[in-house]
Amino acid sequence: MRQLISVEDLGSDEIEGILDLAESFSVVLKRSVPKVPALRGKTVVMAFFEDSTRTRSSFDIAAKRLSADVATFAAGASSLSKGESLRDTVETITAMGVDAIVVRHAHPGVPSAISRFTNASIINAGDGRHQHPTQALLDAYTMRNALGPIAGRRILLCGDILNSRVARSNISLFTKLGAEVVVCGPHTLLPPHGNGMMFGHPVTVERNLDEVIPTVDVAYMLRVQRERIADAALPTLREYRSTYGLTAERADRLAEHAVVMHPGPMNRGVEIDGDVADSERSLVTKQVANGVVVRMAVLYQVLGPGRFDDDNIVDVDAAAATDDSSPTEDGGTDGDSNETINEEQQRNDQTQMEGIG
Amino acid sequence: MSTLVLKDGRIIDVNGDRTGDVVIDQDTGLIVAVGTGLAADHELDCEGLVISPGFIDLHVHLREPGLEAAETILSGSRAAVRGGFTAVVAMPNTTPTTDSVAVVEQVLAAGRKALCEIVPSAAISVDRKGEQLSPMAELMDSGVRIFTDDGNGVQDAKFMRSALEYAGGLPNDGHHVVLAQHCEVEALSKGGVMNEGEWSARLGLGGQPAEAEDLMVMRDIALCRLTGVRIHFQHLSTAGSVAMVRAAKAGGLPVTAEATPHHFSLTDACCAGFDPVFKVHPPLRTDEDVAAIKQGLADGTIDAIATDHAPHTPESKERSFDEAPPGMLGLETAFAVARDELDMSLQELLALFTSGPADVAGLGDRHGASLQSGRPANIAVLDLDHEWSVAGREMASPAINTPFEGRALKGKARHTFFQGEQVLNNFEVTR
Repeated sequence: MRQLISVEDLGSDEIEGILDLAESFSVVLKRSVPKVPALRGKTVVMAFFEDSTRTRSSFDIAAKRLSADVATFAAGASSLSKGESLRDTVETITAMGVDAIVVRHAHPGVPSAISRFTNASIINAGDGRHQHPTQALLDAYTMRNALGPIAGRRILLCGDILNSRVARSNISLFTKLGAEVVVCGPHTLLPPHGNGMMFGHPVTVERNLDEVIPTVDVAYMLRVQRERIADAALPTLREYRSTYGLTAERADRLAEHAVVMHPGPMNRGVEIDGDVADSERSLVTKQVANGVVVRMAVLYQVLGPGRFDDDNIVDVDAAAATDDSSPTEDGGTDGDSNETINEEQQRNDQTQMEGIG
Repeated sequence: MSTLVLKDGRIIDVNGDRTGDVVIDQDTGLIVAVGTGLAADHELDCEGLVISPGFIDLHVHLREPGLEAAETILSGSRAAVRGGFTAVVAMPNTTPTTDSVAVVEQVLAAGRKALCEIVPSAAISVDRKGEQLSPMAELMDSGVRIFTDDGNGVQDAKFMRSALEYAGGLPNDGHHVVLAQHCEVEALSKGGVMNEGEWSARLGLGGQPAEAEDLMVMRDIALCRLTGVRIHFQHLSTAGSVAMVRAAKAGGLPVTAEATPHHFSLTDACCAGFDPVFKVHPPLRTDEDVAAIKQGLADGTIDAIATDHAPHTPESKERSFDEAPPGMLGLETAFAVARDELDMSLQELLALFTSGPADVAGLGDRHGASLQSGRPANIAVLDLDHEWSVAGREMASPAINTPFEGRALKGKARHTFFQGEQVLNNFEVTR
């Protein structure tokens, strides 16, 4: 796997591989020094052309946990807003010598477009309404930890599917893993779904949320935006809550084991009641926490010495050791990293990682 | 006096399909004889080649004045003659808009140095805003016969009715006036950058439903019935609009229509890679729409193949799909793509490039209709067997935004004559 642009490009084996790798990285994060040298000498640029504190911080921490050097290309200050073409911007970033570019952009397709102009690996951190693959991966990871295997689970995605990159990525990923996806939401905010297919994947569209609620293992609520009222997609947020919101009353009718998820940021009292978001069955904060290990796994798959085709989780240690003992042409040193890992600590890391496999 | 004979070619025009010679007087620029066994001062062997009236493109964007980095009237005319065209109708969405005699004269002046005839069209409304009628009588005096707000449709029904009635009633010296419409109800297409459907849903790109076009075609057919004034429908892209134009023609209304090669050869699936070269308005549609347009071209519903040649600089197409401007090159690929895609006789196909558009634009006195003595020598000599591969960088336009890059095609204009002058010689422009 040289890049991650869309869940559509992933096979179910690749997805499971990333989730398994994330699992092993989660052990690393529990150590006193939660860091491995796996990507030492690699440079990752955060090219966020659209604001996103959460996703950027998550990627930033993930890259640093892997000892990569991280640079940030701030959109507001970039020349893209001065009319520079995407190509010029990306060639400029590439010329500085980077291994991966993590891209967030308000317009669909920008990560694909950028990949035509650079040899650096591209990781999509959200492109308009198109895709947000690491969100889907962290959601699947969180779900797997809470419920066990995803195959055969019945997952409700509720809300504004049409404008949601999270929904596009999740419908694709959940169905690839063998889950049954049920969709509910205002029909002004649903994409075409003839013949039981949405975005090319099988889904069931249900009108009545109350009938669906007791039947699902996961209630995944999507953020609804106020501007949908101006678009005439919704009359009022009050009506949205009463028709499509996960109210406390509805949450009470969920199956005993069922869990509640939301990609954040939440509109408490609209698509999800505050009490539900804070309840025992809510996985919302776990989703955020799991973002780091899942993004570590993605960065490692894309940049690590083993790459996907010929590595597996057990090789993480060996791969890290290989990387460490034979520095790349990049030199494998400092960059703008403010932390120096001494040899002893690295050995320590490796020793500990041997216990994972 | 210097004469040239196009010798032993396959002559195809409205009068039929036969083998023979065409003699051109290069001093007067007229055809002086058509027949067999003819001789002249010079001879161009056309054995194995097709001699056709030069093509007419009802729809090109030459970007002058305003966007000369992408195309000029001169470079666009070079692209035209490389495609076999001897007349192109220049759209008025220039900067400034071609909505005044001053801009028309600027276009005409540049056109005098071009390699083919530049037929200016002018905007229906001032600055194409749909708020105030352009000075149509003055514009007609300067030679304009085609009015369009192309790039946008006239949104307001009452305004369009007024434009039809006013233009239709002006003195016209017997030459008909045409109002040409880019059909798109913007309230429905707003925010869309490609066809609305399965692909726009998957890609997360804003969609323009086919009905945004259908609704304006429907409205304008009604306005044509109301006013009795001719309407030409530009670049039909939907099965629905083809069906409505067919019905309107059957009902005897004075409507005509054009379709572009990209709309009958490409679909919205092309947008899957987010390459803005496939961004165009109206957008690439579905297989069903493609089939309907082909049927419309075959049964006479659609009168002409027009390219909507729309050059854009490489850097402007290197922006995101949302931000990149819509439009694609078309002049140099139109004939070969049409021949590749359309299942019809060569004579029928050539009519869609010649007599069809000549009738729409009222240019039949000098372009497209027939090759006969006394007419201006506007001629395309086509090599049907020539195999070539599309390459944007080898085209005459500074822009390279062809959607057919790398496609293997067969058939190309080998020689083009404009008013007797050979402007294309063995695939190369002569100036």
